[in-house]
Amino acid sequence: MLRFALKRVLGAIPTLLVLIALAFFLIKAAPGGPFDTDRRLPPEIEANLQAAYNLDEPLYRQFGLYLGGLLKGDFGPSFQYRDYTVTELIAAGFPVSLRLGGLAMLLAFVVGVAVGTVAALKQNAFTDHAAMAAAMIGISVPNFVMAPLLVLVFAVTLKWLPAGGLGDWRNFVLPVVALALPQIAYIARLTRGSMIEVLRADFIRTARAQGLPQRAVIIRHALKPALLPVISYLGPATAAIITGSVVIEQIFGVPGLGRFFVQGALNRDYTLVMGVVVFYGVLIVVFNLIVDLVYGWLDPRVQYQ
Amino acid sequence: MPARVTNRLRLVFVAAAAMLSGGCGAPDSGQTMRNTPVGGASGTELAAEQILTKNNGAEPQTLDPHRAEGVPASNILRDLFEGLVSEAPDGRLIPGAAEAWQISDDGTVYTFTLRVDGRWSNGDPVTAADFEYGFRRSVDPATLSQYSSILFPIVNAEQIVKGELPPDQLGVTALDDRTLEIRLIGPTPYFLGLLTHSTTYAVHPLSVEEFGARFVRAGHLVGNGAYILDEWVVQSHIRLLRNQNYWDDEHTVIDEVNYLPIENQDAMLRRYRADELDFTQDLPFKQIAWIREHIADQLYISPYLGSYYYSLNLTLPPFAGMPKLRRALALAIDREVLTEKITGSGEIPAYSWTPRVTGYTQQPPAWAGWTQAERNTEAQRLYKVSGYSADNPLTLQFLYNTSENHKRIALAIASMWKQVLGVETKLLNQEWKVFLETRKQKTMPGVARNGWIGDYNDAYTFTQLLASDNEQNDSGFANDEYDALLDAASAEPDMQKRAALMEAAERLMLEAQPIIPIYFYVSKHLIKPWVGGFEANIMDHHYTKNFYILKH
Repeated sequence: MLRFALKRVLGAIPTLLVLIALAFFLIKAAPGGPFDTDRRLPPEIEANLQAAYNLDEPLYRQFGLYLGGLLKGDFGPSFQYRDYTVTELIAAGFPVSLRLGGLAMLLAFVVGVAVGTVAALKQNAFTDHAAMAAAMIGISVPNFVMAPLLVLVFAVTLKWLPAGGLGDWRNFVLPVVALALPQIAYIARLTRGSMIEVLRADFIRTARAQGLPQRAVIIRHALKPALLPVISYLGPATAAIITGSVVIEQIFGVPGLGRFFVQGALNRDYTLVMGVVVFYGVLIVVFNLIVDLVYGWLDPRVQYQ
Repeated sequence: MPARVTNRLRLVFVAAAAMLSGGCGAPDSGQTMRNTPVGGASGTELAAEQILTKNNGAEPQTLDPHRAEGVPASNILRDLFEGLVSEAPDGRLIPGAAEAWQISDDGTVYTFTLRVDGRWSNGDPVTAADFEYGFRRSVDPATLSQYSSILFPIVNAEQIVKGELPPDQLGVTALDDRTLEIRLIGPTPYFLGLLTHSTTYAVHPLSVEEFGARFVRAGHLVGNGAYILDEWVVQSHIRLLRNQNYWDDEHTVIDEVNYLPIENQDAMLRRYRADELDFTQDLPFKQIAWIREHIADQLYISPYLGSYYYSLNLTLPPFAGMPKLRRALALAIDREVLTEKITGSGEIPAYSWTPRVTGYTQQPPAWAGWTQAERNTEAQRLYKVSGYSADNPLTLQFLYNTSENHKRIALAIASMWKQVLGVETKLLNQEWKVFLETRKQKTMPGVARNGWIGDYNDAYTFTQLLASDNEQNDSGFANDEYDALLDAASAEPDMQKRAALMEAAERLMLEAQPIIPIYFYVSKHLIKPWVGGFEANIMDHHYTKNFYILKH
């Protein structure tokens, strides 16, 4: 298992290199630069700035310099937030994004599995139809529509919760819910489908025949195999939460990595965009590895080679 | 002015009395807010909690006054630092870090006397040497300032910025602890106004040397303004607390001010409505009708020092050498309809280039006084003279940066051109940075959206834009006579003659119509009823020290 993990980590290095190169040359190819504003700079000042940030070097040298910095763990200075380095910005933004994304993931998992299980047990009853209709809405309404609606109801009209910003736990409620909703819906549908299938399996019938109570059948026997598709969905779900947080952080003014990424791309903050891409790249590789390991724990048939 | 100060003093007194008598508890919750009259029984009682939360548009790039640029950073820096000259709430120039100044007869030597009680936030006295240090740092190429060209009127500034002379050759000298001399290359009537700009602020030399580029972090930053930096969470908020060492601290009422970087205007409006913002920076066009219907009393609109205009690419067909065609397009736009129906928030129709600035007479052409029907007839005549007709219509490319507001205006104008002249317009929108690049290159023929906000309250900040060597001259307008008039104006010490030269230049330029003025900007704020001390001014500069929160 350790060898498997090591192999996967080493295998990820070429993937990351391709990712870094692609991101680097793509953002450099975008027209306009970090120092372009509607107020144009005199040529001498612009040249001075370009030189200070090595932007006057040929592109391959810039790439080499960037990779060299990365090896030393240096993401470089931010072009947009000139008083900060990219490392500082990621260190400030990631805990916020992690809290937002982690809570959304937890909420999506717990509520999604619960709703899906209940729907499966009451298959074709009113509860099932209601839950699945709600899930359908949750999947189809994009979060940039859902989020302002939640704000309008709970912040502007009822004044129960803040409309945005960073503060105590109350500020997290609406963004977490808005971010989790589509995932809750998706996980509920996944759980329902796989639970219905598992409940028809022979070993469940055996368990019932042995006279086990319903609760024990579900929790001890049905849930674990029924969760397999949900677990394998956690990888894509993480990616969805990360991309979703880009939108949610913008709408709620949450200072996480997603917001840095969007602002960075719009401002041609080369180093900040690269930093977030590399950071998330590494994160997703690690997370996929964890999912693979958890999968093996849940399903003994999986072999690590 | 004196009446206002006494009023504020009285407010402070009332608040102190209320606190002594124990009359002020915790601030009321959102529910009771609407039922309690603002300002208590007298209407002037101050709230116990003096916290102001403002939306500030984008996150500032830096709080280093010499490297900063753009409105968001300037708003915060006005609280953190104080220039030699400051501004009253109505925009008049008043003494700042300098208590008095003298200007030589030829208008090129300024001698400032610093105030005796000027203090840095750590208690050190503010000296003339600190300002000398600040100016030199501002023009030093190593500082990487983007805005240092604004200091070019000072002797040797341009050469230092371009790396041709060392910073100590700058025409700024501390004669003694409290006397600062600034020498200019020519009479520059707007120079005092320039001294409210952050590139001219002093910085605390010891902390700059100790912390280097990090001297602007919370905990390191030493300023001489009414507030000090308490916390800065990028993309979340910047919190300032009152500076107890500020020379005029006894007149400061607000204890804490928060600047939030909310760029999405819809999100901003939602948070304003949820009472999380006391003061907003701008408003979405499409929500103006709703705002006027529901919270009209909280909406403040006033003229702003900016022109919204279209630049026509004179270096390529169809506009190269075709002044009559350019005029036809300018005439066919019904600006009254546009500002009333499309932008709808009080924008002022513009027929000429320079907005209403101090000491300058606006130069609208004769046709500004015509009816739109008369303008249309003349437009059709000029269109025909230029060789176009219904059978042979002009096809135009029209470039703007992706934004709902710009799109609405572009669509309306394209349809006016179509209706009056039969022009076929192809609209093309590009993301901001791509758009800037395209417009700068002048490789795309046709029309490009443009706008200019003046740096200082003087016509020159507009007139200079169309000089043939100006980087900002997107039309490619090049006219020797225009350049000569500008040079003459720069060298002219007599204010009236100078204005006359610039007015002549504008008439000359408008005759050639390299640009089409559309409207003059207005500043738009939503301000909660319990926020006092706001006064509109053309620069839209507001100092937190002049604000106060009423009991609510």
